[in-house]
Amino acid sequence: MNDMTPTREERAEKLQGMGCRRKRVEDIRFTQGKGQYVDDIKLPGMLFGDFVRSPYAHARIKYIDKSKALAMKGVIAVLTAEDLKPVKLDWMPTLAGDVQMVLADGKVLFQNQEVAFVIAEDRYIASDACELVEVEYEALEVLVDPFKALAPDAPELREDLRGKTEGAHGKRIHHNHIFNWQVGDKSGTDAAIAKGDVTIKEMISYHRTHPCPLETCQAVASMDKIKGELTLWGTFQAPHVVRTVASLLSGIPEAKIHVIAPDIGGGFGNKVGVYPGYVCAIVGSIVLGKPVKWVEDRMENLTATSFARDYHMTTEISATKEGKVTGLKVHILADHGAFDACADPSKWPAGFANIVTGSYDFPVAHLEVDGVYTNKAPGGVAYRCSFRVTEAAYCIERAMDILAQKLGMDPADLRMKNFIQPQQFPYQSALGWEYDSGDYPTALKKGMETIKYRELRAEQKAKQEAFNRGETREIMGIGVSFFTEIVGAGPSRNCDILGVGMFDSAEIRVHPTGSIIARMGTKSQGQAHETTYAQIIATELGIEADKIMIEEGNTDTAPYGLGTYGSRSTPVAGAATAMAARKIRAKAQMIAAHLLEVSDYDVEWDIDRFRVKGLPEKFKTMTEIAWAAYNNVPQGMEPGLEAVNYYDPPNMTYPFGAYICVMDIDVDTGVAKTRRFYALDDCGTRINPMVIEGQVHGGCTEGFAIAMGQEIRYDEMGNCVTGSLMDFFLPTAVETPHWETDFTVTPSPHHPIGAKGVGESPNVGSVPAFSNAVNDAFAFLNAGHIQMPHDAWRTWEVAERLGLHK
Amino acid sequence: MAKTHVSMTINGQEVEALVEPRTLLIHFLREQMLLTGPHIGCETSHCGACTVDMNDMSVKSCTVFAVQANGAHITTIEGMAAADGTLSALQEGFRMMHGLQCGYCTPGMITRAHRLLIENPDPSEDEIRMGIAGNICRCTGYQNIVKAIQYAAAKINGVPFHEAAE
Amino acid sequence: MIPGRFDYYRPSSAQEAVALLAKLGEDARPLAGGHSLIPVMKTRLAAPEHLIDLGGIADLRGIKVEGDTVVIGAMTTQHDLLNSSVIAEHLPIIPETSALIADPQIRYLGTLGGNVANGDPGNDMPALMMCLDATFTVLGANGERTIKAREFYLGTYYTALETGEIVTSIRIKAMSKATGYAYEKLKRKVGDYATAAAAVVLTVSGGKCTSASIGLTNVAETPLLAEDAAAALVGSALDKAAIDKAVAAAEAITNPAHDARGTPQYRTKMAGVMLRRAIARAMTRAHG
Repeated sequence: MNDMTPTREERAEKLQGMGCRRKRVEDIRFTQGKGQYVDDIKLPGMLFGDFVRSPYAHARIKYIDKSKALAMKGVIAVLTAEDLKPVKLDWMPTLAGDVQMVLADGKVLFQNQEVAFVIAEDRYIASDACELVEVEYEALEVLVDPFKALAPDAPELREDLRGKTEGAHGKRIHHNHIFNWQVGDKSGTDAAIAKGDVTIKEMISYHRTHPCPLETCQAVASMDKIKGELTLWGTFQAPHVVRTVASLLSGIPEAKIHVIAPDIGGGFGNKVGVYPGYVCAIVGSIVLGKPVKWVEDRMENLTATSFARDYHMTTEISATKEGKVTGLKVHILADHGAFDACADPSKWPAGFANIVTGSYDFPVAHLEVDGVYTNKAPGGVAYRCSFRVTEAAYCIERAMDILAQKLGMDPADLRMKNFIQPQQFPYQSALGWEYDSGDYPTALKKGMETIKYRELRAEQKAKQEAFNRGETREIMGIGVSFFTEIVGAGPSRNCDILGVGMFDSAEIRVHPTGSIIARMGTKSQGQAHETTYAQIIATELGIEADKIMIEEGNTDTAPYGLGTYGSRSTPVAGAATAMAARKIRAKAQMIAAHLLEVSDYDVEWDIDRFRVKGLPEKFKTMTEIAWAAYNNVPQGMEPGLEAVNYYDPPNMTYPFGAYICVMDIDVDTGVAKTRRFYALDDCGTRINPMVIEGQVHGGCTEGFAIAMGQEIRYDEMGNCVTGSLMDFFLPTAVETPHWETDFTVTPSPHHPIGAKGVGESPNVGSVPAFSNAVNDAFAFLNAGHIQMPHDAWRTWEVAERLGLHK
Repeated sequence: MAKTHVSMTINGQEVEALVEPRTLLIHFLREQMLLTGPHIGCETSHCGACTVDMNDMSVKSCTVFAVQANGAHITTIEGMAAADGTLSALQEGFRMMHGLQCGYCTPGMITRAHRLLIENPDPSEDEIRMGIAGNICRCTGYQNIVKAIQYAAAKINGVPFHEAAE
Repeated sequence: MIPGRFDYYRPSSAQEAVALLAKLGEDARPLAGGHSLIPVMKTRLAAPEHLIDLGGIADLRGIKVEGDTVVIGAMTTQHDLLNSSVIAEHLPIIPETSALIADPQIRYLGTLGGNVANGDPGNDMPALMMCLDATFTVLGANGERTIKAREFYLGTYYTALETGEIVTSIRIKAMSKATGYAYEKLKRKVGDYATAAAAVVLTVSGGKCTSASIGLTNVAETPLLAEDAAAALVGSALDKAAIDKAVAAAEAITNPAHDARGTPQYRTKMAGVMLRRAIARAMTRAHG
C-alpha cells in the first residue's frame, strides 16, 4: 500500500455504480442525431402504408370502392376488412379480453377509425391514394356521454357482442356495458358511511387525455418468404409481448419472428398495445413479400391510438368529527371508447384502481367500477401511471381536500392525522394491497418545513382578506398531494398479460477481459436504462459501468420480459439484474477462492474484489476473476461467467411522495400562475439521482398539462375537437413551472436493492397538487368542487358563477 | 410537373438532387439525404422536432419545401460537432446537464439552441425559455434543457458555469 | 401530413409574379413565408395547383422611411421587424406585437404581408394595421392600387384583394415619440392564436386624451376596429368611467368563435380585459 494505491472511495467512485449521478450513455448518440428510431429504418424495396379513416363517429359502411386508388401509379395494394377475413385478422384480441376491429367491418365506431390500408411505393403516393378510396357511410346515432351509455334507449354500438351477457370480466348488464368489478367490504363500508359524524360525497372526474409522446406509433414489417421469418421493428414498450401476439395472430412460430424495438421517442403508455397499423403492415408484408412501413401522423396518434383516463368517480368518505376517516366508498364509471383496449394485467379490468385508499388508514372501503362503450377511440392506457393509479390518486387526494374543507381542517393536517403510520408496514389495505414500506409523516413534515407551509397559509389568509376588501384581483391556492402509488407489476400469481406472468428478466455475461454485456426484458423509451442498469451491475460486480453494455428490445437476444410501463423496470427487471449479478458473484467467489488458494468462506467481497478475510492485501479483482473464468476454474466447475434471472416479484412496490403547489389565480382572466412547486419523492433506493430528478421534472410537466387544460374532447357528434397540437395542450418551456425536487429514502424490504421505481410518481402526484391548488384558491368563496381541467376559461367561469366579476 | 433540380449546401457539403415541388424539406433531408437527425413529431408546425439551421435562421423544415431551400446553406444536428468529432458546447452541455431523455426532440432543440446563442450569447433563463418556445419536449420538463444551454453559453463565453439548485 | 401536387414558380420580380398569377388563375396561390399556407396544404384543406414563391423577389423586402411614412416590404419577416432600428424608433408597437406572434422559428420566415393578406382572424397584424390606419400597396395584372387596412377585411379568409393580386408593401405613418401604445394578448401558450388581443395607440395632452385608436384580434370573423370604444376615450381624462365605456363599446362589437380557447362569452370579456390592460400600459408610455 502506498500513495498510488486507490482508496476504497476512489475505487467505488471509479465504478460509477449505484447512487451516483452517472452521465448517460444514450446521450452520446442522441446529441449527434445518431439515434435509430423506427422511421429512420430504410430497407430495399420497402413500401409505405397509410390509412383511410372514417370521418364519422358511428356509421354503417355501405360500400368501399378501391378502384381509383388501385389504378394510381405506385399503389401496390388496398386492404379492407374483406381482405383480412380469410386470415382471421379483420378483428384482433385486445389486452383487456375484448376484441377490436383491425379494419372497419361493416361499421365504424369512432371518428378516424381505420377503414382501409393503402400500400404504395412511398408515403407521398400512399397519401394521394388514400384520397381516392371512396367510402359511402350511413350515419348512425352517436353516443359520447358515458352517463347515457346504459340508458335503455342508448344506441347499440357493439353489434358483434349482441346477446353476449358474459364478457371477459363477468356479467354484462346492457349492450353498452363491458364489466362490473368490485372489491372490498360493501356492507361494512355502507354502514360506516351511514353512521359517520361527517361525510362527503362528490363526483370527481378525471377527464380523457392522451400520452402524446413526441414520436408517434410506427412499425416496419419485413416478411422473408423464403425463410418463412418475419422481422418487425416497432415502437413497442413490450417487444416480447408483441412477438407472442404476432405469433398467435399470424400462425408463424415465435422462433421465426424477430421483434426489434429500436430507440423509441417516448412511450408513456401509448406504445404498449398492438395497433391496427402494426397488424396491417405485417399482413401487407406477408402478402407482398416486401417490407412495409407504417408511420402515423400526430392527428392519427391523438384521435385513434389509445387514450388515457376518462374515469368518473363518485366518492364518499365518512369521518369522525375529529377528522379520523372511517370509510371510503367509490363508484367509477369508466368510459373505454369503442373497444376495451385497456392495457391492464388481465385480471384487472380497472387496473389497480383499488389503491384508492391512498396513504390513509381506512378501516373499511369498497370500490365498484362499471366499464361502458362509447363512440370514442378505444383504450385506455396507463399514461405514465401504472394502471389507473393516477385516477385513484386524484380521486382520494381531491376527496381528502373536500373532506378537510367540510371539517374546517387544514388539508395537510387532515392527511397527517390519517396517515398509515410507519409501524403499520407492511400494511394490509382495506382494498387488498400489502403496502411494502413507507414513512409518510416524515415526508410530509419535510415538505411542509421546506416550503414554509404555515407561513404560506398565513399569507393566503391575508390575501383572502385583501381580496374581500377589493384590494387585489388575485387569489392564492396551496395544493397538497400526498400520494402512494403501486408499481412494479407484478407477481405472476395475480398479474399476467394475456396469460404470461408479469415477471421480468436479466441476462448478464462477463467477457474474459472483464467487460460485460447484459440484456433485460424491459425496453426504455428514454428512462436511461443503458445507464442505470449498468450502475446496478457495476455495484454488484465491481466492474466499471463504462465497461457494461446494456441491450434491450431485441427479442432474439433479450430474455423474455413484459416490457417497460407502470414503473416496473426497476422493481422487476432491476431486481432480476441484481439477482443475476449475485449468481455471478457467487460463482466469482468460488473462482477467487480457488485463485487465492483458500476456502470459499475465507474470502469477502470489497467493492471490486474478493479479498482474504484478515489479509486484505491478498485479493483478486473481478477483472482478474473474469479472465480466470475462461481458463482456470476449480475442478468440476464449468467455465464462463454469466447468469440469467427471471424475477417473479413477491409484491408490487409502493413509492410515495409529498407534493405541494402554490398558485396565484387572476380571477379576471382565469389564468393561473404556478408560483412554486415542491416535489418530494420516496422511491426507495436511488440508483441515479440525476435521472430521478429528470423523471420528476418530466412527469410533473405532464401532470401540469393534464390538470391545466390537456384533454381529448369530443362534441356531441363524436368529432374530436382537440385532435391536433393546435388544441391539445402541450406546454412549452415558457408555461412550464420550475420544479423543486427533494427526497426521502424508505427502501422496499422485499426488493433485492430496495428500489421502488419512480418514473410515474410525478404524473400521479402532480395532478392532484395542481387541481387541489385551484380548488383551494376558491375554497374561501365556497365554490364547491371544481372539475379538471383548469383551463383559464373554465376557471373564469367559476369566478363568473361566484359573482366575482361584478 | 416534372421533378425540379435543387442544389444546396448541407453540413458543409454541396449536394444536388431532383425533388417534386411538394417534397417537404424534412423529407428531403431524411429520405434523400439520409440525415435522420431531424425528426417529425407533428404535422401542424408546432413541435419543432424538425428544426434545422437554414441561411442563419432556425427553421421548421416540415414547413418549407425543398425547392424553397434551393441555394441555401443548411446545418442539421449532424453538422454540429467539429470535423474531428469534438462535440459542440451544446452537445456537451446537454449530456452534462441531463437535458434529454428519449432523444427525439434533441436534434431540433440543440439546433435551435445553437442559433439562439448566436442571437443572444448570454441569455437569461426567461430568454432561454422564450428562445426555445418553438420546441416541444415531452420528457424533460425543460428545466435541464435550460441548464444545458446555460452550460454551453458559459463554455462558449469562457466563463465559469454555476448550476442552479433544484 | 403530405400536401397535394403542385407546380412551382419562383419569379424574380413582383411584375413577373402577378403575371403568373393572372395567367394561372384561381388555382394559383402566392407563397410568402408559408407558415399559414403550407400547414393548411399539409392537411389538404387547401390544394393549390400552382405556387408562386415570392421569396426570390428582393424588392418585396426591406424597410424605409419616406417623409413621415414608414414603408415595409410585404416579404419583411417578423424577425426583421423585431430587429429593425427603424421600426423600433418609429413604430414600436410593431415589435411588441411581433414578439407575441408564434415562436422563434416561425418568426424567422413568417412575413408581415402574409400575416395581413391571409384574412385569418387569428393573425395579430391585421388588427394592429387597422389600429395604425395602415395602407396596403397592392399589385395585380391591372396595375398597382392602394387599399386601407380599415377597408381590407371583409370576412374570414375573405379580403378586398382580387384574384391574382398581391400585397407588395405596407405604409404606416410613423408614431410620434409622445404616443402611448400597447398590444395586449391573452393566449393559452406561446405559439397559440389569441384568445383575445387588443392594440391601443393614443395621445394625451394637458391631461386629456387627444386621439385614440383600438384594434381587436380574433374576437370576430375579421379583425375589428373598435371605433366607438376609441371615441369614448377621446376628450376624456382616461378615467375609470371613460375606460369602462370604451370596454363596453368594444365588447359590444365582438362575436368570437367558440373553440378550445373558450366560450364566446369568455372571449368577449377577455377582449374587454385586454383592452383595459392595453389602455393602462399605453397611458404609462404617453407623454403630453
